[in-house]
Amino acid sequence: MSVASPLPHDAARLHVTGQARYVDDIPLPAGTLHLAFGLSGVARGRITGMDLSAVRMAPGVVMVLTADDLPFANDVSPSAHDEPLLAAGAVHYIGQPVFAVVAQSHLAARRAARLGRIDYAEEAPILTIDQAQAANSRFEDGPRIYSKGDAPAAIAAAPHRVKGRFEVGGQEHFYLEGQAALALPQEGGDMVVHSSTQHPTEIQHKVAEALGVPMHAVRVEVRRMGGGFGGKESQGNALAVACAVAASMTGRPCKMRYDRDDDMVITGKRHDFRIDYVAGFDDAGRVLGVDFVHHVRCGWAQDLSLPVADRAMLHADNAYLLENARIESHRLKTNTQSATAFRGFGGPQGMVGIERVMDHIAHHLGRDPLEVRRANYYAEAAPAAGGAGGLSAPPFTPGERPPEDISGKKKQTTPYGMEVEDFILHAMTDRLATEAGYDARRQAVAAWNAAQPVLKRGLALTPVKFGISFTLTHLNQAGALVHVYQDGSVHMNHGGTEMGQGLFQKVAQVAAARFGLDVGAVKITATDTGKVPNTSATAASSGSDLNGMAVKAACDTIRDRMAAHLAERFGNDDITFADGCVHIGQDHTLTFAQAAQSAYAARVSLSATGFYATPKVEWDRIKGQGRPFFYFAYGAALTEVVIDTLTGETRILRADLLHDAGASLNPALDIGQIEGGYVQGAGWLTMEELVWDTKGQLRTHAPSTYKIPAVSDRPAVFNVGLWEGANREDTIYRSKAVGEPPFMLGISALMAISDAVAACGPGYPALDAPATPERILAAVRRVRDGI
Amino acid sequence: MNISFLLNGESVVLSDVAPTTTALDWLRETRGLTATKEGCNEGDCGACTVMVTDPDGSSRALNACILFLPQLDGRAIRTVEGITGPDGSLHPVQQAMVDHHGSQCGFCTPGFIAAMAVAHLNGDKDHDTALAGNLCRCTGYAPIIRAARAAEDRPVPDWMIADHDFFLPEISAGGSSNQGFDVGGGKPPALMQPRSADDLAAAYAANPEATLVAGATDVGLWVTKQMRELGQVIFLNRCADLQRIEPGQDRLRIGAGVTIARLIPAIEGLHPSFTDMLRRYGSAQVRAAATIGGNIANGSPIGDGPPALIALGAVLHLRQGDARREMPLEDFFLDYGKQDRRPGEFVEAISIPRQPDRLRCYKLSKRFDQDISAVCGCLSITVSGGRVAQARIAFGGMAGTPKRAAHVEGALIGQPWSEATIDRAMQAFAQDYTPLSDLRASADYRLEAAANMLRRYFLEDTGQTAGIMEVKP
Repeated sequence: MSVASPLPHDAARLHVTGQARYVDDIPLPAGTLHLAFGLSGVARGRITGMDLSAVRMAPGVVMVLTADDLPFANDVSPSAHDEPLLAAGAVHYIGQPVFAVVAQSHLAARRAARLGRIDYAEEAPILTIDQAQAANSRFEDGPRIYSKGDAPAAIAAAPHRVKGRFEVGGQEHFYLEGQAALALPQEGGDMVVHSSTQHPTEIQHKVAEALGVPMHAVRVEVRRMGGGFGGKESQGNALAVACAVAASMTGRPCKMRYDRDDDMVITGKRHDFRIDYVAGFDDAGRVLGVDFVHHVRCGWAQDLSLPVADRAMLHADNAYLLENARIESHRLKTNTQSATAFRGFGGPQGMVGIERVMDHIAHHLGRDPLEVRRANYYAEAAPAAGGAGGLSAPPFTPGERPPEDISGKKKQTTPYGMEVEDFILHAMTDRLATEAGYDARRQAVAAWNAAQPVLKRGLALTPVKFGISFTLTHLNQAGALVHVYQDGSVHMNHGGTEMGQGLFQKVAQVAAARFGLDVGAVKITATDTGKVPNTSATAASSGSDLNGMAVKAACDTIRDRMAAHLAERFGNDDITFADGCVHIGQDHTLTFAQAAQSAYAARVSLSATGFYATPKVEWDRIKGQGRPFFYFAYGAALTEVVIDTLTGETRILRADLLHDAGASLNPALDIGQIEGGYVQGAGWLTMEELVWDTKGQLRTHAPSTYKIPAVSDRPAVFNVGLWEGANREDTIYRSKAVGEPPFMLGISALMAISDAVAACGPGYPALDAPATPERILAAVRRVRDGI
Repeated sequence: MNISFLLNGESVVLSDVAPTTTALDWLRETRGLTATKEGCNEGDCGACTVMVTDPDGSSRALNACILFLPQLDGRAIRTVEGITGPDGSLHPVQQAMVDHHGSQCGFCTPGFIAAMAVAHLNGDKDHDTALAGNLCRCTGYAPIIRAARAAEDRPVPDWMIADHDFFLPEISAGGSSNQGFDVGGGKPPALMQPRSADDLAAAYAANPEATLVAGATDVGLWVTKQMRELGQVIFLNRCADLQRIEPGQDRLRIGAGVTIARLIPAIEGLHPSFTDMLRRYGSAQVRAAATIGGNIANGSPIGDGPPALIALGAVLHLRQGDARREMPLEDFFLDYGKQDRRPGEFVEAISIPRQPDRLRCYKLSKRFDQDISAVCGCLSITVSGGRVAQARIAFGGMAGTPKRAAHVEGALIGQPWSEATIDRAMQAFAQDYTPLSDLRASADYRLEAAANMLRRYFLEDTGQTAGIMEVKP
């Protein structure tokens, strides 16, 4: 059976031979034009004059566009219509597109874009959290507050308290393929757009608005992205819209790709946070009450900041039952890039906040942080049915679930009122701690540190509980289109996009399984708004959950039609699809191709759409109450590090990861997500530092200055295991989403560094992120001084 | 001028090449060979890695985005299209990457394949070093390293060896490129490619406004990022005599055109701490292009070669026409962006005096590999009879130039080799340096970490601590 097989990525062979085609690799029609943006040089002000004559005169320039030249909507916002494609009067950050050059080559456009002269009436920019608070510069009227119980009273009454402030940096996506789009004008004013985007429907929508045409006049196609990570959920809009407008005006194909520096200066990044916390707890470290204030730097436009900040609040509990919790979230508007989606979508920031609290509590009490974490865990769920059944088990129905023992237990809920029914971290933590030798290594590290004056080791085991579903409930839907051709080959299409995560292969495995075919019989085709309409972004880890189910539905429709036809033809309704054949009772076997041919000849439709809407979810984001998530995905990580107390340098020595992908659709691809997510998460919290200067200029604007992990930064010993257990909810083959959750396994790296720093003296490290050598050295000093 | 080279085994002759057309743009846009990707356009991500084979048959990985076409003259280049077998069969590293799930989004993959194929060809099994210049944002690298290991002992395919004896007569004779040295009269050519230091000296003396390009790992960015017009360009890569390493009785003389990659084995046995640092200099792709002469001549305050060379008492050899002069390397760096180099004068060589090895180099950066130093400390301290006999200490990242720590040295020399001496000498750093705060580090941190490097030197020398890289899981 194709499902659950560790098959390679469907495009692996194309990747390694360089044949895999990205937007910039598409052969261009003759006469294609190329675009580049001229960018704002100030962070805040009004444009008082523009002299673009040198731009227009530059070699190869065909046209220069400003806001005044745009025929219809000047907006590329995915949310609040507050993001003009080209600055209209005011500029809001350094790097904001002000004009667009259309030229005969990419280089000519880039060269000319630097020749614009823009005069500004500059205003003092709002760059920092403090400045934004002082100016009350924010999105929404005031802070969002979610609460449960009475946190202030519980904190006040608690035997122990810690409070602190925790700065958590943002993160550049650094997808290896920069943003790119190609617009091909069609007859009658229609437009075809190739875009490197996670959200083709959004591109279609924004292009249609910009061209003043209905959505049906725009078709967007995405075969693959060279990485997305959330950075292509909304940030590709500007390029696609600019190309479409220019293509419409010139009648020629138009292409745009950002040079890396432009990409980093123009596009949004992960939101940086300041988290203020106060926690009250008992002698065992159990949290009696906790109060968080999130200060979220959203940048200049709303983009996706509200749901990002919401999700941070929704993960302020992580794996811990908080009876009294209050989370206050300020979404601050600053004159910086508009922060956007990034793997975890705020979840990591919320989660690292409570992990910091656990670390602080343990330090305060002199207890092992793992002991404190466990003491606060949600109660373990009763074993779910299907857990032992694996993937060959028949589809699970709720009636088969053995009754849970909930006697004497009240429902345990999150701070937003969702019952946690599927908690498995006690068992996962036990297994990880045992297999990775936590207790022995804890002692070995202490002994090693006692003998080392300069180098210190540290280790930490941290859990992950991540909610799966879009919190904007209506986005939890997906469509698919499947054709079976008369030769038995299958054409599969769905609304999800492929950015490297292996979605296409996983879904193809589902399709193959439904037809009893080898996965090679299924053709994976580019995402296309003309085939499946009204899609949600491939985001929120939802790709395989949603599209897998939609494809399954489409396949089953066709399969049932074929079965009905064959049952009639052979007078036997015992039909099974397996091993590339269709078996009709004991006596008849057709190849799948013969079966398809037979159905075709009998005038049976072999094409079907499929649709899926996630059940059970409902959520009120203003009240902060409901069930925003269909289920939770879990993981746990144990990281060991060493630091140099003379320079603050650090190395990850070993990481042991155990992650819950439910009944994995493809263990190899899932392990790839886990390994990669961990390294990306650890990078966020250690070496990846975004630096803006006092004028608001991003100084870390290229890989020369912004450092993502390199090969030698992966843990020297790197063990990854999949938790064996099916999703208790009825997801596609009982699998779980795996795109984002493993990212937060990287939090263990930060906590391990904190542990190493704590070995230097009596004080609490209070380590901010990213824990660069400079921050680590400062923390070592604080700890030695006993602050 | 014309240039000629082999591309994936086929001869290419180009005329009227613009001197600053990058190999990457030419491959992708002119030849339609789109396997080679543009990830950063500045030599920092490795997505554009290609294999280049020299006339001596040695192959290396280079970043095509900062490789100008004239640098390919007389060489063979192989892209991923040519690393795949002529019949479409996979190279062992390609097969291993499929088998071990080494690609996810696939965009960095061709660059990895090229770098891995070069390492495989050269029998290089230090994968972390070979691949430090290839960034991947998806996989976390573990499966890529598994793939590289799995392919190690698979035989090199025939088609990969073909470039070793590729030399078409006209290429090996270099006949196509020998223009540009008729420097008398007429409009000077836009592009010159001298074949010797003498030719270079004549050409540069006659055209002192020309831009010298050796490895192009810095000048490349002037073009791709700053979009500067370089005007007249003199390429140094065919001056074979600038690429000599000459061991002598008293000193090791290193030609300015020696790449960092070739420098490493030459000094490995002499000053291993220097070579450990040089293995972190850029990446394999950068080290295979960048030259020691370029590293010195561009006058970077943070380039990692000069502090080490200054600590070793290196002597710089300059040449202008037929006139030569030499000076202690530290005297070459006058101020930020300003060196003691006259119009038409160029770095011909650097000499390192023979000495007992007391050098330790400490490179401090946010990322271990392929990162520009926040602080680079190079210390050579000789202890005799329990006292400091000699101290040469130089830092990068602490001033507008690579700079010696005269006060620190003064606080050490003649003093007992002890904790107390170190404590006193650490106080002197503030007299030697007033570093800047920038995106890499604050001034205070730089000063503190620099002084701590002296402490680390003492602790290591007296066996009291190891380095962080020596700690095993």
